[in-house]
Amino acid sequence: MIWLGIDTANSPLAVAIVKDGQILTAEVTNIKVNHSAGVMPAIEHIFKKVSISPKEIDAIAVSQGPGSYTGVRIGVTIAKTLSWTLQKPLVGVSSLQVLAANAAMFQGIICSLIDARRQNVYAAAYDSTMGLAPIVEDGHYSMLGLLEQLKEIGKPVLFVGHDVDNFWGLIQQELGNSAIRAPYALDLPSAAQLIHLAEQQELPSIDATHTFVPKYCRLAEAEANWLKEQKGKQ
Amino acid sequence: MGEFIMEKDLYILGIESSCDETAASIVKNGHEIVSNVVASQIESHKRFGGVVPEIASRHHVEQVTIVIEEALLQANMKPEDLDAVCVTEGPGLVGALLIGINAAKAFAFANNLPLVGVHHIAGHIYANALIQPMEFPLLALVVSGGHTELVLMKNDGCFELIGETRDDAAGEAYDKVARVLNIPYPGGPKIDQLAHESDGAVDFPRVWLDHDSYDFSFSGLKSAVINYKHNADQRGEEINPMHVAKGFQDSVVEVLTAKTLRAAREFNVKQVIAAGGVSANKGLRTALEEAFEKEGIPFYVPPLKLCTDNAAMIAAAGSSMFKAGKRSDLTLNGRPGLELVSWNK
Ligand SMILES: [Zn+2]
Repeated sequence: MIWLGIDTANSPLAVAIVKDGQILTAEVTNIKVNHSAGVMPAIEHIFKKVSISPKEIDAIAVSQGPGSYTGVRIGVTIAKTLSWTLQKPLVGVSSLQVLAANAAMFQGIICSLIDARRQNVYAAAYDSTMGLAPIVEDGHYSMLGLLEQLKEIGKPVLFVGHDVDNFWGLIQQELGNSAIRAPYALDLPSAAQLIHLAEQQELPSIDATHTFVPKYCRLAEAEANWLKEQKGKQ
Repeated sequence: MGEFIMEKDLYILGIESSCDETAASIVKNGHEIVSNVVASQIESHKRFGGVVPEIASRHHVEQVTIVIEEALLQANMKPEDLDAVCVTEGPGLVGALLIGINAAKAFAFANNLPLVGVHHIAGHIYANALIQPMEFPLLALVVSGGHTELVLMKNDGCFELIGETRDDAAGEAYDKVARVLNIPYPGGPKIDQLAHESDGAVDFPRVWLDHDSYDFSFSGLKSAVINYKHNADQRGEEINPMHVAKGFQDSVVEVLTAKTLRAAREFNVKQVIAAGGVSANKGLRTALEEAFEKEGIPFYVPPLKLCTDNAAMIAAAGSSMFKAGKRSDLTLNGRPGLELVSWNK
C-alpha cells in the first residue's frame, strides 16, 4: 500500500511517500516557502525521486488544519483534487496531532501549538499514554487561557512545534517546572507521521472526497461579526 | 468554421476561481462549449453586502472538485480525452485564485496534461469567440467590477490597451451608487432595471477627460450622486431613486459608448465586442448596439452567462494560448495584479 502525505498547514512544507510501512522519501522545508508555488513542484519531485507515478498510489493523507487558512487550503485543495481524479481515498489528520506525534515517545501530556497571532494559538493537548487521546481539543485559544487549562491538569506537559519558542517565556512563567520543551528536531511536521496517523483511521469512500473541507477551528472574521449582529437583532 | 486543414480536435479544460464563482468548462477547438459549470457564491456573500475574500476562498475549496467533475460528466469525457488544462492566473482575489490554480496543477500533474495560466480579462474578451469568430482588428470594451478598459486587438492573442479608468471601475461606481440608494448587493442589475423603468433622469455630469483621451473616470460622477443625495437629505427631501439611477446610468453609458465609437472609427476595426460583468447591463448593451448599427460596424456582446465569470471563457482564451505554444509549469502561482500581455505578436 502506497501513501502520499502532504502537510502545508503552516509555514513548513512536508511531503512523503510511504510504502507498506516504510518511508520511501520524506521531505520537510521550513524557509517560509510560498506554498502555492512550492507544493506541487515538491510533490512532483518526490514522485520522480522514488520512480513512482501518481496513479500507483493507494491513498492520500493530508494535514487538515488548523493553521494558516491559506496554507491549509492549498494542501487540502491539492489532496482533494489528486484523490478525486486518481480515485484514491483521502484521509485528513489534525495538523496539531501530526506535531504531537513527533513526541509520542514522551510518556505524558503533549501540547502542540501553532502561533495564531495576537497572543492566540491553535493548540491541542494529547495523552501519549492513551494513544494520543485528546485532553484539550484542537481549537483556537488565547495563550493564557490554554495555559490555565494545562495548569489544571496538574501534570508535566511537553511542548512541541516550531512556534513554541514565541511563547516559551510565558509558558515557563505560568507552568514553571511542569513545562518541558521538546528538542527542536521534533518541532517540524513530518508527512510520514501524518501518514502513520492516517493509517490508523478507516479509509473513507471516494465519494467523501468532494465534501472534504479544512478544519479551520475558527469562523471567518466577517462571519463571526455577522453572527454577532444577528444575535444583537434578536 | 473556416478551418481548411484537418487537424485533431482540441479539447481544453478551463478552471476559474478569481472571485466568487467556482467554475469549470470544456471547450472544443477554442470556440465550441462542450460543458460549462458555474457554482455561484453570490447568495452567501449577499449577507455581507459584498464579496468577502476569506469566505470566497472557503467556498472555492468546497466546490472545486465538484465543478470539475461535473464539467467532465456533462461533456461525457475523461481526463485522458483532454489536451490541456487552463486556469485563471490573475488578476483577482489572491486566496480565491490559489484554489483554482492548485486544483488545476494537481489535475494536470495526475493526468500528465499541459498547463496554461490565463489572464482573466483575456478570458472575458475571448468569451466572444464562443459566439462568433473574432475578426481583427477588433476593439473590446471591458467593463466589470474591477475593470473599465478599451483594448485594441490587431491579431489573435495580441493586445493594446488604448484606454482605462483613472479611478473607479464602472462596476465599482454601480456598487457605490447602489449603496447610496440603499439597494442590496449586488446593486448593478437593480440600477439597470430602475433606470429602464424610470420616467425621468437627474442630470449628472459626463466626464470626458482630455478630448483625445480614451481613458475613463467615474469617481466624479459617483461623488455627484452622493452630493445629490446629501443635499436632498439636508433639505429634508426624498430623492427619486429611479431618476437617480437613470441619471447615473445615462452618464456612464453615454461616455462608454461615445469613447468606444470614436476608438472604433480611429482604428478602423472590423468588430467591436463588449466583455465583463457590466456588459450584461441592458442600458449599455442597447446604446452600444444602436450606435454601432448606425455606424455599420458589427457589435457583439456575449449572452449573460458568458458575460459574468465562467470557465468557458478561460478555456477559449487558453486554447489560443495553447496553440501559440504557451505553457505554465507547476510553480504557477496566483497573481492578483497580473497584466494583460500579448501571447502573439
Ligand atoms: Zn470577471
